[in-house]
Amino acid sequence: MSRPRFDTKKVNSELVTLTYGTLVAQMVKDFDNTDDVSKQLERIGYNMGIRLIEDFLSKTGTGRCLDLKDTADKIQSAFRLYLGVQPNVVNWSPAGDEFSFILDSNPLTELVELPDDLKQLKYCNIICGAIRGALEMVQLDVQSWIVQDQLKGDQNTEIRVKFIRRLEDAMPAGEE
Amino acid sequence: MTREEEAKLMYGMLFSLKSFVNKISPLDVKEETPSGLKFVLNTDNHSQGVRDLLHQIYKEIYVEYVVKNPMCVLNEPIQSELFKTKLDAYIKQSSVHSTKPI
Repeated sequence: MSRPRFDTKKVNSELVTLTYGTLVAQMVKDFDNTDDVSKQLERIGYNMGIRLIEDFLSKTGTGRCLDLKDTADKIQSAFRLYLGVQPNVVNWSPAGDEFSFILDSNPLTELVELPDDLKQLKYCNIICGAIRGALEMVQLDVQSWIVQDQLKGDQNTEIRVKFIRRLEDAMPAGEE
Repeated sequence: MTREEEAKLMYGMLFSLKSFVNKISPLDVKEETPSGLKFVLNTDNHSQGVRDLLHQIYKEIYVEYVVKNPMCVLNEPIQSELFKTKLDAYIKQSSVHSTKPI
C-alpha cells in the first residue's frame, strides 16, 4: 500500500537503522578497543541529548518535573516521539531513585546481529548517552546503562537510569 | 551604555528576580525554559502576547536554527547569520512589531 503523500519531515526507520549501523561499523574499524567504541557512542548520544532536550521542551511545552516518576514518564514520551517505541517503566528501586525502561522492540537493532568478537560492544549506548545529556540540561545528574540487550540474546532491551543528584544553577565566573 | 553593559545589567536584574521568585514559589518556575534558557525582549507597555511570541521564537527560531545546527556551539554567543535573518523576519511579521504606541 502506498502512502498518499511523502512526509519530508519523517524518514524511513530502516534508513536510521542502516545509518546508525554504518556509523557503529566504521567506529569498530577505527578503534582497536571495543570498550572505546561503546564509550564514544555514549558521548555521541550525550551530545545529541543536550540538543534534543530543547526540541522536546519546545514541542511539548512541558514544565519542570516534580519527581523522578514524572521524569520517567517524560522520557517515555520522548521515546515515543523520537524512536517510535513505547517502553515500559519498571523495576523501581525501593528508594525510588532508579528505574528501568523495557523495550520489546528497538528500531536501532532491527537488522543487527553482533559477531562473537563484538559481544561486549554496547551497541545501543547512544540511547543511554542521550538520556544522560538531556537530563543534564534540566539540572538532573543521572547515570544510564544497558542491563539487558536483545543483541546478546536477552528477551528485551532494558535501559537503567539512576538518579545521582540535582545540579544547581551556577553563576558564570566573574559575575557579581 | 554599550550593549555588553546593558546585557550585564539585564542579566543581573533577571538573576535577582529569579532567586526572588524561587523563594516565593519554589515549585512553579515559569519565566524560563526547564533547561534554564531565558529569552529577553524589550518592548513597550502596549505590546500584547509577548509570552506567546517568546515561546514561538524558542520553538521555531532557536530550536530550528541554533539547536539543530551542529555548527552552532551551545553556551556561546550565537554567530549564525541564518538565525539572525530568521529572527529578524519573525519579529517584523509579528503583531508586536506593528503595534504603535497610542
